[in-house]
Amino acid sequence: MAAGLSAGLGLKPPHFEQALAAPADGIWFEVHPENYMLEGGPRLAWLETIRGRHPLSLHGVAASLAADAAPDAAHVAQLAALVRRFQPALVSEHLAWSSWAGAYRPDLLPFPRSREALLRVADNVARLQDALRRPIAIENPSHYLRIDEHEYDEIDFLAELVARTGCALLLDVNNVFVSARNLGASAEAYLDAFPAAPVAEIHLAGHSPDPALGERLLVDSHDAPVAPQVWALYERLIARIGPRPTLIERDDNLPAFDALLAERARADAVLRGPRRKAA
Amino acid sequence: MRLAAFEDAFAASLLESGPQSGPLAALVAQPGFAVYRNTVMKGCIDALQANYPVVNRLVGEEWFRAAAAVYARARLPARASLLDYGADFAEFLAAFAPAAELPYLPGVARLDRFWSEAHAARDEEPVRGSALAQLQREALGGTVMRPHASARWAWFAELPAYTLWRRNREAADEAPAAAAAIDWRGEGALVLRPRARVEHLELDAAGCAFLDACAAGRDLAAAALEALAREPSADLARLMQRLLEAGAFGAMTTPGQEDGYREGAR
Repeated sequence: MAAGLSAGLGLKPPHFEQALAAPADGIWFEVHPENYMLEGGPRLAWLETIRGRHPLSLHGVAASLAADAAPDAAHVAQLAALVRRFQPALVSEHLAWSSWAGAYRPDLLPFPRSREALLRVADNVARLQDALRRPIAIENPSHYLRIDEHEYDEIDFLAELVARTGCALLLDVNNVFVSARNLGASAEAYLDAFPAAPVAEIHLAGHSPDPALGERLLVDSHDAPVAPQVWALYERLIARIGPRPTLIERDDNLPAFDALLAERARADAVLRGPRRKAA
Repeated sequence: MRLAAFEDAFAASLLESGPQSGPLAALVAQPGFAVYRNTVMKGCIDALQANYPVVNRLVGEEWFRAAAAVYARARLPARASLLDYGADFAEFLAAFAPAAELPYLPGVARLDRFWSEAHAARDEEPVRGSALAQLQREALGGTVMRPHASARWAWFAELPAYTLWRRNREAADEAPAAAAAIDWRGEGALVLRPRARVEHLELDAAGCAFLDACAAGRDLAAAALEALAREPSADLARLMQRLLEAGAFGAMTTPGQEDGYREGAR
């Protein structure tokens, strides 16, 4: 899957020109398909131009796979049209919900990982994969709440999804760090237990302390450079599972493109580096 | 708790503030619940701010975000594509008591929305003026011109909404144009994206009536009568020339071609 991809960058409209000019040394770009669900216009034309030069990843934030309802048919159709048109190297979504009862909430919301939820999410993943005619990777979300009603821990839940649907996994190392800190768990233990084979993509991003609670509550804000602790976890992960396509994810407080390229180069060096064992 | 019941209760608690009673009271009481509340509201407000840049500029960010929060609490996005969020923000502003002293604000919001719609509209090659020039003179009146897929227009009675919008849209780095310095009269505008860029031009009341008739499928003779009824002194030849030069039409059907539009100049 997506062989040959090394490190990539999340792409935002202010960086289109520079992304286009980036040397094609294995760099790839990831966008949120929801920002391209348009009938026409320059934004789609830009993406087409980028796609002509570099591999592309579509990272969905709104399929709402953990809602207790089938995915919205219009949303699925629009996503399928983008997949047909842009032939992305990777397609991913989240283990979360956002659309419910006719309204969309721009966030990745949590749910109790019950057997009922497993059956529902597996069915939704299968429906989406059928519509897209390809496997998708499912991402571990960031957690801010202690939910007592979980029947599965997250890794078992994700492994069940893989077994039932053939989906891949997107392992967000920053989400692991943020969730472990917020819930008082061990990020190292989580990463060491994460199944290696299904990991099709890795995300690295920055986080911020909660404005009110400070370091006691970390927010997966994607508005800062990747933190040193997250780099250390990433190196540990790659040493165990071998290289995987890795994305520097930045959505807010955008720095200069060169700053993102530097973070991307650091991930690329880890992927190629001497410290990792053979894949 | 069943998944649907959890999601019902969670969704309801997101839009409230403070502690909750009910099945998720303990969950909502955790400090982390505020992260979800904040993220949902920030996502909605950021989207509105991006979609209504001139309104934001005229009222200032603080006022805008406060108004957007009121809007978002009442109307969460219906779709996941936030580029489409806030379709009725102009109507909201028209009924929003704190905006009562800014009568031009709904018109400016409509023009921001026109820009977004034109930007994202289906791509379509506009009908060229030469296509019309080739017609027999007697065929002209029976010809139907469909407005371009991206074209949006409106007449703003007694309000210089277009001038306010245009000055603040174009001069994004300068101080906001003062409403006082603007000639206070009714204006119309046409916003469209004939090719790669969104463009806009002033359109008088006759021009708006003309395009309304075209959009309703009336032929050019009928559209001309509508325009003249609105403004007896309207210069229709000049209007037609301006519209064609702007790329305001997406298709034209000449008499005897009623089996469908002849897509212009493809």
